[in-house]
Amino acid sequence: MFRNQYDTDVTTWSPAGRLFQVEYAMEAVKQGSAAIGLRSKTHVVLACVNKASSELSSHQKKIFKVDDHIGVAIAGLTADGRVLSRYMRNECINYSFTYESPLPVGRLVVQLADKAQVCTQRSWKRPYGVGLLVVGLDELGAHLYYNCPSGNYFEYQAFAIGSRSQAAKTYLERRFENFTDSSREDLIKDALISVRETLQGEKLKSSICTVAVVGIGEAFHILDQETVQQLIDAFEIVGEDEPPVPEVGDAEADQGEAAAPAAEEGAAPMDI
Amino acid sequence: MDQKPFSQGLLSSEADSQRTLYPYVTGTSVVALKYKDGILMAADMGGSYGSTLRYKSVERMKSIGKHSLLGASGELSDFQEILRYLDELILYDNMWDDGNSLGPKEVHSYLTRVMYNRRNKFNPLWSSLVLGGVKNGEKYLGMVSMIGVHFEDNHVATGFGNHLARPILREEWHENLSFEDGVKLLEKCMRVLLYRDRSAVNKLQIAKITEEGVTVSQPYSLKTFWGFSAFSNPTVGAEGSW
Repeated sequence: MFRNQYDTDVTTWSPAGRLFQVEYAMEAVKQGSAAIGLRSKTHVVLACVNKASSELSSHQKKIFKVDDHIGVAIAGLTADGRVLSRYMRNECINYSFTYESPLPVGRLVVQLADKAQVCTQRSWKRPYGVGLLVVGLDELGAHLYYNCPSGNYFEYQAFAIGSRSQAAKTYLERRFENFTDSSREDLIKDALISVRETLQGEKLKSSICTVAVVGIGEAFHILDQETVQQLIDAFEIVGEDEPPVPEVGDAEADQGEAAAPAAEEGAAPMDI
Repeated sequence: MDQKPFSQGLLSSEADSQRTLYPYVTGTSVVALKYKDGILMAADMGGSYGSTLRYKSVERMKSIGKHSLLGASGELSDFQEILRYLDELILYDNMWDDGNSLGPKEVHSYLTRVMYNRRNKFNPLWSSLVLGGVKNGEKYLGMVSMIGVHFEDNHVATGFGNHLARPILREEWHENLSFEDGVKLLEKCMRVLLYRDRSAVNKLQIAKITEEGVTVSQPYSLKTFWGFSAFSNPTVGAEGSW
């Protein structure tokens, strides 16, 4: 995108019918580190890449628990994400207090989207520069939503946002049809593999990624580092043994590389 | 409209006329119990104006949404106001059209908040509410008083029902009552109330709510028995009295 004379205010339309400030806000999401979500009928998993800016500092928090049955992962301006998480927690707690019942995630997502839309139509505000992957439960089961700075929201079977998320999306596109009936463990494994895809060759360790799960009968919680490392080790030792994909026609690089270390047993992490 | 009622005196503030001080047209007890398939609730159709039994066709039980049934005693205009709040609540819930719906537990909590907040402003809705319902196989029966006291139980009653009906229910209620037994039990309670509560009228409705929905019966009367020998010759123990 290039600078133009219609991009100064969020309240200025371009002749082509675009709001450039909103689109720039969505660029900010693409610059953030990756966040991935996938769901089955009963569980949803969030995973993100969590790199500290230096060895001396702590990791940026990217996954927030909103309620026992709702969680969110953010990508983009994390400060904006924190503020929106606080709003979501507030809405959940108020609903719980009034109705003694958990707020259905689909309704929270709409409230969040309406809040974001306001910022696209006020000259004294700016859009939130953060994309949110909201996961949660309602009467119909488990859900995954993506909330945009534009005020749009979409429901997904699986999705990835942030930098190099395209690699994860490619992997998810191949596998998503199986997710509905996946077990919790397989879902987490798929999430970790997607995270690895975005790392472009860097070794996947639990110190650089965070994983969270919510499901029917399982409250939203972030898995601790040891558990995550064990899960990573488990599937890397087996040699990245992916369950057979129905259509094996794809001769994509990813699949080829996954098969090679399997043959060599415990060989070096995959190269691009 | 600005005239203060003479009985209030010349020194009470205008603010008093903006809040409920006492009820005017009231309904008497509501009794309800859980049975095998859901909830049974009974209330008579009387609206008293003080000691006058003024209105005799008042429906004091109404269905709320798909899953709940609300019965009220106390000020009837406040019951109508509560129905308007709930109407709006259910409307917004339906407008989401997303497969989620407010069940009896949620409606009960909401009503508790409404009643309690009004009580805190010293402007209560002068009603006692009974909220029953079934959702996803779970039966729910609760009560909210005019000051926001709320609880859930297997059988509840308001007003005089607490004193006359609940002891009967405590003795005779058990899990998995059949529909016929539940109705018989409720009628037994309502008969006692008819005999002993002066604001009761002999015209009642029984409502049932199950997973399928709400049915409110047509109004009917209970048979009463007055043929006690003491009534046919009341002065036999005290000659000369009447």
